[in-house]
Amino acid sequence: MEDLYLGKTNYKVIGQRPIRHDGADKVTGKAIYTADLQLPNMAHGKLIRSPHAHAKIKRIDVSQALAVPGVLAVVTADDFPDLAEKIAMMGEAGAVNLQHLAGNCLAKDKVLYKGHAVAAVAAINTHVAEEAAKKIVVEYEPLPSVTWVLDAMKPDAPILHDDLRTDELGQKGDKPTNVSVHIAFEQGNPAEGFKQAEIIVEREFRTASVHQGYIEPHAAVAMWNEDGRLKIWTATQGSFTCRQQTAELLQIPVSQVLVVPCEIGGGFGGKIAVYLEPVAALLSRKCGRPVKMTMQRAEVFEGTGPTPGSYMRVKLGAKKDGTLVAGEAWLAYDCGAFPGGMIGPGSMCVFSCYDIPHARVDGYDVLNNKPKVQAYRAPGSTQAAFATEQVIDELALQLKLDPIEIRLKNAAKEGTRRVDGPVYPRIGFIETLEAARNSEHWKSPLTGKNRGRGIASGFWFNIGGASSCSASVMEDGTVSLIEGSTDIGGTRTSIAMQLAETLGITSDDVRPQVADTDSVGYTFLTGGSRVTFATGLAAYKLGLDLQAQMRDRAARLWKCSVDEVQVEDGTYSYKDQKLTFKELAAKLAQSALEPVVGRSSVNPEGSTNGFATHIADVEVDPETGKVTILRYTAIQDAGKAIHPSYVEGQMQGGAVQGIGWAMNEEYFFDKNDQMRNASFLDYRMPTCLDVPMIETIIVEVPNPGHPFGVRGVGEAPIVPPPAAMANAIQRATGIRFTDLPMSPPKVWKALQK
Amino acid sequence: MKDFGYAAPESLGEASRLLQHAAGSVKILAGGTDIIVQLREGMREADLVVDVKKVPELQELTFSATHGLRLGASVPCHRVYEHPQLVAAYSALVDASKIIGGWQIQSRASVGGNLCNSSPAADTIPALIAHHAWCEIASPRGKRTVAVEQFCTAPGKNVLQKGELLVAIVFPPSLSHSGSAYERFIPRNEMDIAVVGVGSRVQLNATGDTIEFARIGVGAVAPTPKYAQEASEWLAGKPATEEFFAQAGELAKKIASPISDMRGTAEYRTHLVGVMVKRTLLKAAERAKVFINH
Amino acid sequence: MAKKTVVSSTINGSSTEFLCEPRQSLLEVLRDTLHLTGSKEGCNNGNCGACTVLMDGKPVLSCLVLGVEAEGAKIETVESLAKNGQLAPVQQCFLEGAALQCGICTPGFLMATKALLEKFPQPTEHDIRFHLANNLCRCTGYDKIVKSVQACATAVR
Repeated sequence: MEDLYLGKTNYKVIGQRPIRHDGADKVTGKAIYTADLQLPNMAHGKLIRSPHAHAKIKRIDVSQALAVPGVLAVVTADDFPDLAEKIAMMGEAGAVNLQHLAGNCLAKDKVLYKGHAVAAVAAINTHVAEEAAKKIVVEYEPLPSVTWVLDAMKPDAPILHDDLRTDELGQKGDKPTNVSVHIAFEQGNPAEGFKQAEIIVEREFRTASVHQGYIEPHAAVAMWNEDGRLKIWTATQGSFTCRQQTAELLQIPVSQVLVVPCEIGGGFGGKIAVYLEPVAALLSRKCGRPVKMTMQRAEVFEGTGPTPGSYMRVKLGAKKDGTLVAGEAWLAYDCGAFPGGMIGPGSMCVFSCYDIPHARVDGYDVLNNKPKVQAYRAPGSTQAAFATEQVIDELALQLKLDPIEIRLKNAAKEGTRRVDGPVYPRIGFIETLEAARNSEHWKSPLTGKNRGRGIASGFWFNIGGASSCSASVMEDGTVSLIEGSTDIGGTRTSIAMQLAETLGITSDDVRPQVADTDSVGYTFLTGGSRVTFATGLAAYKLGLDLQAQMRDRAARLWKCSVDEVQVEDGTYSYKDQKLTFKELAAKLAQSALEPVVGRSSVNPEGSTNGFATHIADVEVDPETGKVTILRYTAIQDAGKAIHPSYVEGQMQGGAVQGIGWAMNEEYFFDKNDQMRNASFLDYRMPTCLDVPMIETIIVEVPNPGHPFGVRGVGEAPIVPPPAAMANAIQRATGIRFTDLPMSPPKVWKALQK
Repeated sequence: MKDFGYAAPESLGEASRLLQHAAGSVKILAGGTDIIVQLREGMREADLVVDVKKVPELQELTFSATHGLRLGASVPCHRVYEHPQLVAAYSALVDASKIIGGWQIQSRASVGGNLCNSSPAADTIPALIAHHAWCEIASPRGKRTVAVEQFCTAPGKNVLQKGELLVAIVFPPSLSHSGSAYERFIPRNEMDIAVVGVGSRVQLNATGDTIEFARIGVGAVAPTPKYAQEASEWLAGKPATEEFFAQAGELAKKIASPISDMRGTAEYRTHLVGVMVKRTLLKAAERAKVFINH
Repeated sequence: MAKKTVVSSTINGSSTEFLCEPRQSLLEVLRDTLHLTGSKEGCNNGNCGACTVLMDGKPVLSCLVLGVEAEGAKIETVESLAKNGQLAPVQQCFLEGAALQCGICTPGFLMATKALLEKFPQPTEHDIRFHLANNLCRCTGYDKIVKSVQACATAVR
């Protein structure tokens, strides 16, 4: 990565906590989310979904549905164009088999999980659409199903896709299978490494599928005009990614699709893949009206991406002083009904916090009868950390070492080679550990029965990717900023602040807006903790562009050369003439000079490497197995916190999602592989009564690849919590819990032994 | 949601007539926090929904130290726990009313509705059993009363016949040195369905060291909430100490025939009966020591 | 189809009449009929709190109220909070405290908080967490919401 860090130590805007630009809209109810849209003559769509976990579709009869008064159109998988053998390159998601993507929107020939969408109806209102949808007759031939990842790998397991063959380290297998990929990474000589070990700890771990749990259900409105143009309003993390997927699925050029990103009510990785958009588009084309589709909560749980359930075996060898010499990991992550899960990042992350000279990782992507998995905040890394961070903890216990010291001894730093190859540039992992060691929390004693303190660390890559911005300077010196990163958690402001800092104006002097796909240059999705880093970098470059133009205009105003105009802290001067940015803008408006319009686009490669360390204090009720969190601290290297409140917010939100994953959240399947808890009541995400205040410590080790040192923060905070909680519960009970969630029945059961 | 008609009668007679004569399936709406979800999700169906909140008898809440409590079937939970005298006199009922759903639910949901929904895990029913409450049921044919522990017949089912309406729940007066408590075990701290719920009430002697009688209601471990009769009767005459409360918990386990589901295994649930019986008895006894009926 | 009923209620201070089918929820009426889309649908079965409104001063989940039940009732939604071009203190405190990220749960939290502070002008942390437990937020981890409610209690006092 190019060295762009400016090394500034004092900022005017960065590090402040201005009120977010979209704040007033969001506290008054004026902000427009997709489901809030009302268009003239709008129809409403509803899906019917599979009641079976796995079945052949023998027949679909839509005639009774079409006969319902008020019904306008019905679509099934047959309404998609022929997508056989078509593969599309989809940025971070890599090569996507379009038939699989379409098949997840509307099942073709087979349903692969309970809740798999089968057909859709458009009608004059949702009630009519729902009643009509129930009249679609689908004849199924149920098939045996499988949801546990290891069962799905067995040779006699029910096969989801007859044509699938394992990609075995690059070679195609010759038998039908549910294992879509086996990948492996190796460095050094693991067998030799383990011979050097004076202590070896190996444990097995299991994690359940969990859902992103965003509060806004998926929603989309599509309007396919008679001129062939398709307009989509949607809740998406990436309007350009949505445009590409929709265009590919419908086999129309991207230029025919306009995606308008509405405000989005949470995503966490789960609002990248399209579900409703292409279906609403097909319905719209059939009925000639705009069609709105919104999911009910059960549909969100049963029909959209959870994160992989996993089985993991991790082995570490160390010297008596705690120095790691060798590691081995065997990871099987499920990917649900279609190939392409999170085993890649999981395998890369499993040893990413440590310098392990000899290591091998084997990873398997495994199909089973669950919804196709999707990204969930640091996808794949949380499971891996649950395993590795407990094995490290066990080593510390057995070697009688302090859990922070053993981590410090082996911590990845600049120059450490990750098992999958990359060598770290300057990173801040050690600093998070030192901050943990120096924290008031770590130093304070924890006393009382059944109590314990745990610590764990985590890593996420934090990606770059393409971002584009443009801006114009208004007559009063305010800057209108147009960007393409959909704003889920306040990034409009973190981007605007970087532009403001560059220009020497205030955050409020920038008016940011997230534009549709026709109005801004290509911008990759909001994910990978990339927006404040990459789109922020674009904002900085945009600022330089605007500044150069302002300087040019100033020179022409003052009739001097551009070089003679000095720019400092947003003030433009030439000899004794001095104008602030705003004054200059006002002057320009009255002059005959061209308006100032700037633009930038960037595509930083590689990762900025985020590290987090969390501390948890718990108390376990020995009579019921219930775990109460007494105190919790999240520490993270943010590189540079642009808006500290929202950096803390990411750390706190990620920590609580991780706590939910640790304690109670899971897809609970019955013997027919039906999810039994597809509601917020029974899925049990944490309420505010379940968690304490989440203390935060922001560490700032600048990222050399960004002018202000930004690394991105969104994902790393979900990685440590399950391991931190498990390590804390181990200290409280003496029992190591290796299966997620660590729900009361499991904890109680273990305490009986 | 399937289409249905709606009526909001303003007298008991009108409500009874509607329930008796309506064609098709009739469902009663009080707070609506269960029935609206069930209608929407197709778990129950209705051709007519009768909103009983405007029937005066169903909104009645009268309390007197000598006569006890009469709680109209559609009185929302918040009126129960905001009533200054009920907190001490009917603590188990108040405990349960405070944790049904969340705060917003309690603005609408009623104890009577919770009873009529007849979930095995209903929070108020074990408390009502502990309080020895009775159900007053009206129909065009007249009134009848049923003990709370006999009201539910199966999950989601109860003794109400077509045309019948639960009017009120009546509670005997709470005597001095009596106390009660309801607790449930849930994995979260709020907004959850009881894995096990227990309501206990004890009557202590004047010195507060001996149990004169006790009543224990247990929820979520059988198709209907249960009166733990053997454990309750065994406690009479026993010292009010943790040791005896724990033994009562062991006895109460006998009535548990739980299922294993996403909320817990049968083994775990049975174990929790013992824990929750002990804990609620302890709390009830603490309260009994300071309760004077006046 | 059951006949639509005319319902009269006071919504955000204005006498309002609307037509609705019995099966329509108050949330549906507010959003689709009256275009008051500030109240959000997160689960449509009473478990997330995003649709919280005040009905005769009490916090209720508008997805669990039938539109027809609003007859004669006083309904307050998030749209009623700001007055005369000024944000209400609770709105200001949420903004200053960064108590929202995606913002979808915010209207429900604001309405529940309004009711909470009317009942408990000086709530303890437990009061706040207990009474807001029917409002799910997946972004913030609740820390900044609880602190903003505390700040609002202090500011109003």
